[in-house]
Amino acid sequence: MSAHDGEAPDVDPVTGYETTGHDWNGIKELNTPFPIFVITILGLTVVYSIIAWLLLPAWPTGRDYTRGLLGLDQGEMAVAGYQRLADGREDWMARFVAGDFDAIVADQALMAKAMPAAHRLFLDNCAACHGTDATGGPGFPDLADSDWLWGGDPATIAETLRVGINSPHPETRFAQMPAFGHDQMLERAEIETLTSYVQALSTGQADPDGEGGTLFADNCASCHGDGGVGGLGIGAPSLVDGHWIYGGDRATIFATLQRGRQGVMPTWADRLSEAEINLLAVYVSGLAAEHEALASR
Amino acid sequence: MLRLHYNLEKISMGLVAAIIVAASIGGIVEIAPLFTVDETVTIPDDMRPHTPLELAGREIFMREGCYACHSQMIRTLADEIDRYGPYSLPSESAYDHPMLWGSKRTGPDLARVGGKYSDPWHVAHLIDPRAVVPASIMPAYPWLMEPLDTGNLGAELATLARLGVPYTEEMATNAAADALAQGNPDSDGAADVATRYGEKVAIRAFDGDPARLTEMDALVAYLQSLGTLTDVAFETEEVKVPEEAP
Ligand code: HEC
Ligand code: HEC
Ligand code: HEC
Repeated sequence: MSAHDGEAPDVDPVTGYETTGHDWNGIKELNTPFPIFVITILGLTVVYSIIAWLLLPAWPTGRDYTRGLLGLDQGEMAVAGYQRLADGREDWMARFVAGDFDAIVADQALMAKAMPAAHRLFLDNCAACHGTDATGGPGFPDLADSDWLWGGDPATIAETLRVGINSPHPETRFAQMPAFGHDQMLERAEIETLTSYVQALSTGQADPDGEGGTLFADNCASCHGDGGVGGLGIGAPSLVDGHWIYGGDRATIFATLQRGRQGVMPTWADRLSEAEINLLAVYVSGLAAEHEALASR
Repeated sequence: MLRLHYNLEKISMGLVAAIIVAASIGGIVEIAPLFTVDETVTIPDDMRPHTPLELAGREIFMREGCYACHSQMIRTLADEIDRYGPYSLPSESAYDHPMLWGSKRTGPDLARVGGKYSDPWHVAHLIDPRAVVPASIMPAYPWLMEPLDTGNLGAELATLARLGVPYTEEMATNAAADALAQGNPDSDGAADVATRYGEKVAIRAFDGDPARLTEMDALVAYLQSLGTLTDVAFETEEVKVPEEAP
């Protein structure tokens, strides 16, 4: 349409399109029509939005909203989808609810299905502390060796996971390495002696009848076992195995004796289901054998 | 339709008016539901507001831009429920001004991270993420061991109270003292924090040193509170995650 109503539209002879009718010192602007393609798409989106308004939740109506003819609800769909995921695992996951560990470990087909899922669960929840390969790091114990604070059978591990260690759970496992120096239970010289003794223990060169040995028997053996072999299942590690949670160098052992240690393992009772906890327990208890097999290959 | 537009374009004031009308429709559709938000979002009975120390941690979370990599909203998707637990409900962030739902995840969602890790882990992780997660690409925040400035906390609580967060005048007056006490379980004020904010509040030396109140104390207290302010998401029937299977 031209800018001047009534007059004949000015048509560009080359393209055949109308111009806007304006003449800027001999330059005219084409009034190219809107491409049909774009108008069609625009029309389709409008049609789609009307259909969507009818079918899906759309308009706010004050305290409520139009629910749509399909009655869809994202929350319900997510829960249903999650339910499908859970149902898909149900056939083998159900075995972990009861927690008959011997039967589970013996069932190879079950283990082949379950262990990859357990590994993923471990990465999501445990790897940040215990490492992706479960070998731990300073302050976080190695779960892939066969030295245990509380015990390495699936039932004991499941209980550790459920209540945690020094966690806020009411039934938490509790373990504390006392601050012998800070709380003035031992003299500095005695701590120096014990530091050397603990180092000697880990290399198998300790003399149980020496001064260090006596101090150890009097102060430490009640938790760490006679000769520091651990295994009492009360959270105190073996000191003879050469594996360290915090470190086996002189300064770290001295710091352990001076200031004490109290590692925290969170409780998983609220975060993971009973079956997931049992699944992880089987996984973790099998790590030591797996790593030994790898090492001896 | 196009012809109408063509003619309208030539009346500049008419075009302005039409633009305002069109934009307002879009605006109203988005904003109108907020007029009734008080009635559509019910505050759960067991919901508590953040303590002053956690609030200070929230400020640090915003200051450091943690939200650029971490969302605080578990989406309504099956896989999210599988990994993080029940999806986030609007009521869970009703006391958040501003909310920190976020839309980008370089790291994991943090909506329910409270209690997942121990305090020493958070401290080690924030000082140097690589110390505990060797492959982490999260930046290090070693300066968080600086002392915490509690000077503005009282005013902040008072402001939030005006926005509808149930802080009492008593809470606002004692904000700085409560922040100090929450980081020192053996202090005299620790019991007051539990009285004012509930028994479920964690009162610990979050950074490992009860004698000093640091920004680390605040941030870790905040992280440990995420997802623990109310249990409503675990109680709602439709959201409930079945016990037997994960
Ligand atoms: C916040 C860090 C952290 C996370 C996350 C964590 N752990 Fe631990 N875990 C620890 C610490 C620390 C200890 C040792 C506690 C101590 O020193 O007394 C421990 C101890 C354990 C033990 C006891 C080992 C023994 O020798 O008896 C097991 C088993 C265990 N963790 C498994 C897991 C599993 C499985 C997960 C994932 C569901 C997990 N942990 C997640 C920190 C963590
Ligand atoms: C009340 C029980 C108890 C007594 C007594 C005790 N310990 Fe411990 N000790 C523990 C516990 C529990 C741990 C593990 C702490 C942790 O993992 O957080 C530990 C850890 C240690 C560690 C660190 C091991 C590592 O892997 O890094 C050393 C070293 C140690 N104790 C030496 C001693 C010595 C030496 C004595 C005697 C002076 C002693 N302990 C007395 C409970 C005790
Ligand atoms: C550049 C992006 C980035 C920024 C910024 C960032 N993070 Fe992270 N964060 C990550 C990544 C990636 C991970 C996963 C690896 C890891 O655990 O370190 C992570 C992990 C975490 C975790 C563990 C979550 C879990 O469930 O395993 C916490 C807690 C966390 N970050 C807190 C913070 C805080 C607090 C800040 C701000 C001070 C912050 N992050 C800033 C990227 C980031």
